[in-house]
Amino acid sequence: MMASSYNAKEEDGHHPGASNNGGPGVVKSKKPDNTAFKQQRLPAWQPILTAGTVLPAFFVIGLIFIPIGIGLYVTSNNIKEYEIDYTGADPGDECYNCSQNFTWNSTTPCVCSVPFTLTQPFESNVFMYYGLSNFYQNHRRYVKSRDDSQLNGDSSALMNPSKECEPYRTSGAQPIAPCGAIANSLFNDTLELYYIDSNGTSNAVPLVKKGIAWWTDKHVKFRNPGGNDNLTIAFQGTSKPVNWRKPVFEMDTDPENNGFINEDFIVWMRTAALPTFRKLYRIIQKKSSSTPTLASGNYVLNITYNYPVRSFDGRKRMILSTISWMGGKNPFLGIAYITVGSICFFLGVVLLIIHHKYDTRNNSADIPG
Amino acid sequence: MSFFGVERVRKKERELERKLRANDREFNLPFKYATNGIKTSKYNPFTFLPLNLFEQFQRIANAYFLFLLVLQVIPQISSLSWFTTVVPLVLVLTVTAAKDATDDLNRHRSDNQVNNRKVDVLIDRKLRSEKWMDVQVGDIIKLENNQFVTADLLLLSSSEPLNLVYIETAELDGETNLKVRQALTVTGDLGEDVEKLADFNGEVRCEPPNNRLDRFTGTLTHAGQKYPLDNEKILLRGCTLRNTGWCFGLVLFGGPETKLMQNCGKSTFKRTSIDRLMNVLVLCIFGFLAFMCVILAIGNCLWELKAGSQFTVFLPRQDGNSAGFSAFLTFWSYVIILNTVVPISLYVSVEIIRLGNSFYIDWDRKMYHPRNDTPAEARTTTLNEELGQIKYVFSDKTGTLTQNIMTFNKCSINGKSYGDVFDYAGQRLDITEHTDPVDFSFNPLADPRFVFHDHALVEAVKLENPEVHAFFRLLALCHTVMAEEKKEGELSYQAQSPDEGALVTAARNFGFVFRSRTPDSVSIVEMGEQRRYELLAILDFNNVRKRMSVIVRSPEGKLRLYCKGADTIVYERLHQSCGKLMDVTTEHMNEFAGEGLRTLALAYRDLDQEYFSQWKQRHHEVSTSLDDRDGRLDELYEEIETDLQLLGATAIEDKLQDGVPQTIEQLAKADIKVWVLTGDKQETAENIGYSCNLLREEMNEVFVLSGNSPEDVRRELRNALSSMKPAGDSTVLPDEAVNGEYGLVVNGHSLGYPLERSMELDFLRTACMCKAVICCRVTPLQKAQVVELVEEYKQAVTLAIGDGANDVSMIKAAHIGVGISGQEGMQAVLSSDYSFAQFRFLQRLLLVHGRWSYLRMCKFLRYFFYKNFTFTFVHFWYAFFCGFSAQTVYDEWFITLYNLVYTALPVLGMSLFDQDVNDKWSFQHPELYLPGQLNLYFSKKAFFKCALHSCYSSLVLFFIPYAAMHDTVRADGKDVADYQSFALLTQTCLLFTVTIQLGLEMSYWTAVNTLFVVGSLVMYFAVTFTMYSNGMFLALPSAFPFVGTARNSLNQPNIWLTILLTSILCVLPVVTCRFLFIQLCPTINDKVMLKVRQAKTKDPPLPRRARIRRTSSRRSGYAFSHAQGYGDLVTSGRFLRRPAPSRSSGLAHAGRSTTSFSPMGRSAGYSPTGRPQNAKVQDVEVTSLQMYRSVRDPAL
Repeated sequence: MMASSYNAKEEDGHHPGASNNGGPGVVKSKKPDNTAFKQQRLPAWQPILTAGTVLPAFFVIGLIFIPIGIGLYVTSNNIKEYEIDYTGADPGDECYNCSQNFTWNSTTPCVCSVPFTLTQPFESNVFMYYGLSNFYQNHRRYVKSRDDSQLNGDSSALMNPSKECEPYRTSGAQPIAPCGAIANSLFNDTLELYYIDSNGTSNAVPLVKKGIAWWTDKHVKFRNPGGNDNLTIAFQGTSKPVNWRKPVFEMDTDPENNGFINEDFIVWMRTAALPTFRKLYRIIQKKSSSTPTLASGNYVLNITYNYPVRSFDGRKRMILSTISWMGGKNPFLGIAYITVGSICFFLGVVLLIIHHKYDTRNNSADIPG
Repeated sequence: MSFFGVERVRKKERELERKLRANDREFNLPFKYATNGIKTSKYNPFTFLPLNLFEQFQRIANAYFLFLLVLQVIPQISSLSWFTTVVPLVLVLTVTAAKDATDDLNRHRSDNQVNNRKVDVLIDRKLRSEKWMDVQVGDIIKLENNQFVTADLLLLSSSEPLNLVYIETAELDGETNLKVRQALTVTGDLGEDVEKLADFNGEVRCEPPNNRLDRFTGTLTHAGQKYPLDNEKILLRGCTLRNTGWCFGLVLFGGPETKLMQNCGKSTFKRTSIDRLMNVLVLCIFGFLAFMCVILAIGNCLWELKAGSQFTVFLPRQDGNSAGFSAFLTFWSYVIILNTVVPISLYVSVEIIRLGNSFYIDWDRKMYHPRNDTPAEARTTTLNEELGQIKYVFSDKTGTLTQNIMTFNKCSINGKSYGDVFDYAGQRLDITEHTDPVDFSFNPLADPRFVFHDHALVEAVKLENPEVHAFFRLLALCHTVMAEEKKEGELSYQAQSPDEGALVTAARNFGFVFRSRTPDSVSIVEMGEQRRYELLAILDFNNVRKRMSVIVRSPEGKLRLYCKGADTIVYERLHQSCGKLMDVTTEHMNEFAGEGLRTLALAYRDLDQEYFSQWKQRHHEVSTSLDDRDGRLDELYEEIETDLQLLGATAIEDKLQDGVPQTIEQLAKADIKVWVLTGDKQETAENIGYSCNLLREEMNEVFVLSGNSPEDVRRELRNALSSMKPAGDSTVLPDEAVNGEYGLVVNGHSLGYPLERSMELDFLRTACMCKAVICCRVTPLQKAQVVELVEEYKQAVTLAIGDGANDVSMIKAAHIGVGISGQEGMQAVLSSDYSFAQFRFLQRLLLVHGRWSYLRMCKFLRYFFYKNFTFTFVHFWYAFFCGFSAQTVYDEWFITLYNLVYTALPVLGMSLFDQDVNDKWSFQHPELYLPGQLNLYFSKKAFFKCALHSCYSSLVLFFIPYAAMHDTVRADGKDVADYQSFALLTQTCLLFTVTIQLGLEMSYWTAVNTLFVVGSLVMYFAVTFTMYSNGMFLALPSAFPFVGTARNSLNQPNIWLTILLTSILCVLPVVTCRFLFIQLCPTINDKVMLKVRQAKTKDPPLPRRARIRRTSSRRSGYAFSHAQGYGDLVTSGRFLRRPAPSRSSGLAHAGRSTTSFSPMGRSAGYSPTGRPQNAKVQDVEVTSLQMYRSVRDPAL
């Protein structure tokens, strides 16, 4: 395949004229320099597609891809995932009432419970996600409706948010912190998980709410304004986002998880690429090596229903999932690898046949002229 | 340069007649005639910026990007930051402005140089040295020998007798012979008396400024008398005064109004066919862009109606924005986002590639001619790829195919052939520069430049072989050459035709030196002994007789007739006793002719005194008679030129330039048709056609068009056509298949008819079916017409190559003009696009540089469109998932840098270095050139394929990451399906895909390419990690919001698996298709590349350089003169009385009464100064970023 076509030396065609190599004072010859670059004979590697390279490549790709695909598929299949749609769109649903009675200003939260059964135990850490559908977090106007300076703790941006935040830039005379449509639409359902043991008593499953955001987001991108710990003072003079029930400095009691560095907030602010997405909500830590994190059995999901999605045909889901080295459950990659690997292999065979059949025609001897 | 003249003319449109008075500036002032300064520059320091920017924004592409910029400033529309457009736009504007500035600076410089030349002007009764630009109409100026004529002048007086002046008009019409102008006697009497001249107050009324070089009408009124003025009394700017001590002239037209400047005409702007195609494509792309935007806008409208209106809880609309208005805004937003289908960097890159490929031409040592130290030069940097698509080559003959040097190469004397060199074994040797030439030192009068290699001939001369002596004596006596001996022993000959000069020079070197002549004698030095022959009669050459004879009386008193002429003619008149000699000589002549030499047969006849006296008597009677003198003279000549004794034959080589036959053979193999357009006469042209392999003996037939009337010509054309192809219709002009090879020779006077509307199709059809076409006696205008005819009807790319001013018109008319440089005239070079010293470099220019340039440009365009379409289409697919909100898929920085940084260098590297096979193989397989002629590499079809391919790639590039990222999380459970990670993933996939695709396109991986490709990827990651770093974010949070994305997603195995999958999936079909095509229907390139690979390191066998030998019929080389010879003049001695001028071309105009300019039409474009510096003036237009102009189509 690699035909080297390097000719280091080439005859130059002409006898150098006497004038070319005269002593000082002689007019310099205009003869171009004899460099490989200027004469366009840089050493080069000239690969061409031949049967000797293409066919093995196809087979090799096929042979590599199929095992990878199988590995991926198996890995993905071993991941346990349980999903509950708690939107409450149908009258029979547990949360139907909550979804129907939703008002922005209600002071009493609507709570609904969804019971479910895990048929298989979930080993190792279990991740709890909320998923939204038909939610255009990637709409241009939505995506840009934020002020990264403000979120980074810039005090001038705090009091004077970027124009991109409009119409959630100011509330009355006060600037909104955090400003913008993304922050304003923060997902604010509260999900709680209870294990119903054989006695019928419900035990709360401990949910860890820290460690769900990217390290860089938590420590670099998002910072609370002002140096002092008292966020109430730091956020003085700002207004809470319109849809929020509580101001940003009351997100959590833990100062490491309050204000802009609240991880639920940070996770929400990392806008999704597609209108259907899931976001990490809580982590259920593995307790010990002997017992599964979530044993099989009956569970109840308690939902404080705050987040309206019915108006735009949205869906809300709660997902429990274990993970592997390749992340969450997604059989696509495995299937795709197997498919592409098989296609390669198949093409390799077809091309091999064609090559054998037509090889004679490829002889360069039939160049005309 | 034209625009100035044009402007002027427009300004004073109504100048119907020019009126001026000598020495009276006050009188002339009110007419506001242009002064003699010229201005070809466009800007001054103050107007540069506004004017240049204005001009640049007139280019559609720049205006388009400005428009985009404006759109981006509107916040509702702006889907991209302003810097994505500003950065490239400023870059382009600056580069172009810098280029324009340098060009204009050069023009200023050359203007100044010309304007500041000094000339003596008669002011206030005194001669004062003034600058050219200060000369005004009505001034009297004094010119001296060898000076350029300052302005268009009326000749007043001169130093020469009869008020003659000699001028060289090479700059105007390319004719190097001197021409004569004669002043009116009334003004001639003024002499050089300054007082008288100052008193001269003649009034001239004449035609307004125009560009006719050959015509002038006017009257001079002086002292109450009217004198008519015509062209014979006018000196035009651009001529040079020769052989004339001084002359005085009255300025009639100055500066821009001179005929030279008026003629400088539009230097038309040349565009390549790729440019034109690209214009069309860009229009299509704009249409397609609009189409996509409309679809997306409609989508947006529907989305806003359906989903958006419900989604207002979380994403409120701006007050009052309805769905319709939103769709409208979205349309423009998408115009901004999708503008990358025609990125500005395309134009920049195209220019860079062309520039680079032009430099390669400049740098090529194999197109460097050491003899006159001339490298090839790409004077236009915007036409390179067109060099790879040439279908027709129009070549001049003299100076282009031939060196215009005749050499005495061989001869046959008394049955013995001389001229070849044999080694000891009797094997014939090829004569090279290393072969020992004959030493002529025994002869002090020998011409040192004459080279002969066969020592046997000198030996024969020295041995006093009587036939050999007679042979050379004939050559020394029988001619009409004039000798000039400025210093003792330094002879120079003035011959009317170079053939004759060569023969007399040969005789001179072999010891028979023609020294001088008087009307009735010829003095020669025979082997060192001075002898004077009495010249009794010259039986001159004409086209019918095809021979000339002289009758001389030797010092011993013997009378002899010497005759030389075309072999067939002479053979008819030989004495029977020569039969055997005739056979041998014929054999020799066949051999000579086979080598492309022009032969003449030589013979003599001894006359007895009595017969001659009687003949002479009759001759005298006839030559004084009035009726049918010529006919009767011919009879008389016929009578005496009988019973000749054959002496031998000469063979003269009209020296072709080196390598011409091989070049033409190569071009023929590359299916390039070569047409020779020459001003020379038919016999010569035909002969050259044979010797340079254009016409071949094997050809089925060579047609000759020589009719004198339209009907004749039409009949001849029809006959030719019907013998090539019995039937057919004559409306379409595809390349028709012809059985057999044919040639066509067209005579000048007949060419006029086919060029008329009614017959041009017939002509073209016939001509294009022939393998070779030769047009003789063609005027410069006709040359251009022929070229234009082919361009118009064949839709083929043409190239014209020539060396003289008479080729300028065709050089300008053809798509590509090539000038032969390194010779005297520069006109052709100045108006050419490429120049080099030797015709043979043409094959390298076309088959190597042209082919590569075309290949590279096409590869570049295909790849460039692919990479940008792919880039852009992903946005289109994403639109369906982001509510048609004009959200970009990639990071804005990526969008800005994609074309400028990440993919610019690899593709440039490919377009500058790529070669499918090296130059030797290109020569070995000229058929590699064919795809270019057929536009195979880049056409609408290829473009469409690119678009489809991009469409596929973009689908893969969007949906594979989409599916892979859908609901996926990182290995630690955290989010990775967010917008920023998705953007990073997609753009990384894209970059890998286009890079791999580039790797597939590239067939020549130099270290630089590899560096560029790998470097760009490394650069991508470096830049990405930098821009996504904490530091950048903390410095400018709003500009770099992607902080941490790279770190958090690129450490995930599934991200890399997705990248791998996407890249493989994008490449897979391409490789499969290519492989299948190579297997099933390989192109010529594939075959040759495979062959190269099989030959591995071995170089291709060198092309056969064997001498092309033919067994051919003889062609007489009696190419003496175009018209009747001037034997009469010699005998009358009329022009012998005048002392020969230093450059005694006076001969030419005395002999030929052509003192007027030949009609040049629009062809006379050349610099006003004739110096190479002015080269710039004309082509600045062409060298500036041409793409912009090409987009500036009226259609847009």
